[in-house]
Parts: sequence; C-alpha cells; structure tokens
Amino acid sequence: MSGHPVSEHVIVARDLDVGYDGRAVTQGVSFDLPSGALLCLIGTNGSGKSTLLKTLAGLIDPVGGSVSVLGGAPGTQPARVGYLAQRPASSFTLPICAADVVAMGRFAALGLVRRAGKDDRRLCAESIERMGVGPFAHQPLMELSGGQQQRTHLAQALARRAEVLLLDEPTAGLDPNGRETFAQAIRDERARGCAVAMATHDLADAEDADVVILLAGRIVAAGTPAEVLTDDNLRASFGFTGPH
Amino acid sequence: MNDTFFRPFTDNEFLMRALVAGVLVAVSCAVVGTFVVLRGLAFVADALAHGVLPGIATAILLGFPVILGAVAGTVVMMGGVSVITKRSRLSSDTAIGLFFAGMLALGVMITSRSDKFKGDLTNILFGDLLGVDMTALWWQASAVIVVAAIAWVCRRPFLLLCIEPEIAATSGFKPRRYQSLMLMIVAIAIISSFQSVGTLLVFGMLLAPASTAALVTRRLGAMVGVAALLGSLSTYVGLLLSYHADLAAGASVVAVAVGIFLVTFAAVEVRTGIARRRGAPAPIPVHGHGHAHDHPHSHAHADPTGGPSR
Repeated sequence: MSGHPVSEHVIVARDLDVGYDGRAVTQGVSFDLPSGALLCLIGTNGSGKSTLLKTLAGLIDPVGGSVSVLGGAPGTQPARVGYLAQRPASSFTLPICAADVVAMGRFAALGLVRRAGKDDRRLCAESIERMGVGPFAHQPLMELSGGQQQRTHLAQALARRAEVLLLDEPTAGLDPNGRETFAQAIRDERARGCAVAMATHDLADAEDADVVILLAGRIVAAGTPAEVLTDDNLRASFGFTGPH
Repeated sequence: MNDTFFRPFTDNEFLMRALVAGVLVAVSCAVVGTFVVLRGLAFVADALAHGVLPGIATAILLGFPVILGAVAGTVVMMGGVSVITKRSRLSSDTAIGLFFAGMLALGVMITSRSDKFKGDLTNILFGDLLGVDMTALWWQASAVIVVAAIAWVCRRPFLLLCIEPEIAATSGFKPRRYQSLMLMIVAIAIISSFQSVGTLLVFGMLLAPASTAALVTRRLGAMVGVAALLGSLSTYVGLLLSYHADLAAGASVVAVAVGIFLVTFAAVEVRTGIARRRGAPAPIPVHGHGHAHDHPHSHAHADPTGGPSR
C-alpha cells in the first residue's frame, strides 16, 4: 500500500451497476477503498470509468447494487468529497481568473453565506502553490493553455481538502512537469489519509495504485497493478498489450 | 448646463419619479440580467417578459391589480414549460418557444376583445415611465430588495450554475433548486419593471447593461455593479433625450443602454486589435475591485468568498 496510512473503507461498492436512464453501462462492480488508498480505473472509451466516477460523486443514481461514500449515499457529503470532471468548464462569459476558479473549491465547505476565513484562503494559496498555478493565477482561465487550465482545476479539487478525491482523467493535457507535480500532490493527499479514485487511459498512472480496476462494460480484472496489468487482461480490454 | 442636465428633473416631479423608477429597474435588472447573460437565459427571459401579457390583459379586463395578472401569467408560463420539458422529449427551448408564442397570441386575443385595451396595450408593451406613481415605486423598491437578497444569498450556487451545473451539484448545491430560484428572480424583476418600461423593453434592460458589464469586468460582483451603474446612466440619459427631443421615455432609455453596449463593444475590439498588433496578449478586462489585479511577479492569493462570488 505504498506506505500510506490506510484504515477504514471510505468507499464500499457491492455489485454496483452504473449507467444512464436505468440502462447499465458497467455492471457488477465491487470494491472497498480504504482512506489513503489510490484506485485507478482503466479501460477504453465508453468502458464506464467516467460513469462510475459520476455515480460515486452522486451526479447520477446507481442502476443497481449498492454503494456508500464516507458511510452515506454518494453526493450527500460534498465538503468531504472532491470531484474533477473529464472536461471541466473552461469557456465562460465572464473571464474569471485562475485564482478565483481555485477559490470555488471552498464553496462546498463555506455553503451559502459563510465568509471565507484565513484557513480557506490558506488552503487556496497552498493548492495554487502545489499545482504550480501561481505564475498565471490572475489570468483569465479562458486565456490559459489546456495544461494550465487542468492544473487550475486540479488545484480547485485540492483546495476542497477532501477525504475522497474523484478525478476523471486528471493528467490529460499535462506536460511531464505537470504530471510530476500532480503525482506529488496525490502522494501528499494520500499521506494525509485522503482516498483517491481516478480514471485514466495512461497505464503509467496506475503504477502507484493500491487497487486497479480494468473495465470494459464489466470488470475485466481487479487487484494490484501487478495482478491486473497483465498482457492477457490488457488484450481482453484494449485489444493490445499496451506500452507497460 | 444646469438647465439642460438637471433642471428637467428638479422642475418636474413626474420626471424625477421616472428617474427613480428607472434606477430601480436598472438595479433589479442588473442583478438578474447578470445571471441571464452568464447562464444564457436570454430566450427564457424574453419568453417570460411576453408570457405575462395574457395575465395582465385578463387582470385589466376583470378589474384585478395588473401585478396579480402578471404573476399568474408567469406561473402558467413556467409551470407549462416545466411540465412539457419533463414529460416529453422536447428540449426546454422548444417548450419555452411554444409557450412564448402561445401566451403572446392569447394576450393579443384577449386585448382584441375590447377597445379599452388600446392605450393599455401600448403601456403593457412599452411601459409608462413618465406616469409611474408612488405605489409602483414601492413595488419596485420591494422587488429590488427581494431580488438582491436572493441573489446575494445564492451567489455561490448561481455562479457555479452559470459555469457548469455539475460543479454546483458536487459542491452541494442542487442545480434544479437554484435554477428555479434564478428563474424566480428573473420573473420578479420582469413583473416589477413592466409598468415602467413595458414587457418588450424590460428585456433590453435585462440584457444590455449586463452584457456591457460582461465585456469589461471579470468578477460577479463587479459585473452586477457595473451593470447597475450603466443601467442607471442609461435611464438618466434616456430621460433627458426623451425630455429634450420629445421621444418615448422607456424606448429612449433602452436605446441608450443598447447604444452603450455597442460603443463599449467597439472600444474593446479596437483595444484588443491594438494589443494584438503590438504583439501583447489580449487586454484583460478591467478589474471588479482591487483584489483581482495582475501582478507582474504574481504572488497567488485567492479570496474564496468573495472571489468570483461577490
């Protein structure tokens, strides 16, 4: 488990079917994710990775089976769960700057009317620092490159100081430096006990994972990276063995 | 100069009342118009502005207060759109368009029943800014307070909703609930403003100042503030135009508001063009307040409260 503090299960899924309008995209997903653990969801486009993350975030209801996040139904504890969508909004009529986008990460904790305090500002500043957003923090998001936007959105997710992070292709668009920055941030998050579930196409992202689930409309394989990322499993899922 | 710019208001009580009414319309429309522009609700706002027509016409026909008729028209319009969108596979735009046309047609049918509507219909469509009485002013002032209070309390979910409903949902704000609240304050602004500027022209006050503000600001609070200032300025200039050139008051106000947008748009385009020619990055819009400045050395500091939500 990579030396991270792993304790009680923060996500528990049993025979979970996920999909839209009652139709399952992926069926029979079962796993337990302890705090501090990293779960990587790997699979082709349309294999159900994003749908599963949306279900864990409470954006869509499960089609079947059961799932709990932090002991409750998904979506019921927004201040404790951070979610990064696959394609976060970046084009907006109002040219909001990157620092303000990061600050939105505190909205779940602040609720409707509570004013941001020192701690909120500190968390935002730290997240900006950790993701290297500082140099462009006061530029409008829409004028930033794809990689800079992704760093900004990741900083927003970190600013939530969540106990569970759900990240949909978080390294998309990041350069090698950005990937390393992200990897370090995830190591730090896990070190303080935050569980991370992320969908990725990049097998290298899965190397540090505690649990890897290979999806193709169903679970092809689940277990440690060594158990899952085998030639047979990758061939069954992707049709080739991959660059690992 | 004093005679041209101030005396018309100090010498004419009706014009001063019109100015106060116009400023109140400008403020409520600035608050609401900001979300209409950012959330892309122009069509639904237009439909709401016209959807009140049959309710108002019925109220006049039966002798009820027109405000009650406007509220009834809005409820029927929004309820109908909601039912059609939920129960069919038609998009909300289609449902809005259907009710927009249907309610407008119904309003015209009702008003065509009697000659007594001739003057009233013009007032309904274009308002009677110069004929605003104290009762209407109180209505408008109350509406400004209600609209501003709801918008302030809901500023965070409203902002997230304008960016992406999914972000609102994962931040603990139910998108449907806040979308309904947003539409409710749009309706309140329209209903409270139609007596002054009419159901047709209120749409211009909702869009023009907020759209102009969107060109030159980058924070929510700044956008609302600039839109309110521009709307108030449009009211003042429009009323002066109306007074000196004997033009329709409400139409003059809206024409000035749209004119300010066009001038601002042209200025921003020219500025962007000059910046591009010099090889510099496109100019960043002026700041809402002191916090969102561009430091060359860029030390990052975020203000979650207020940040974008103020």
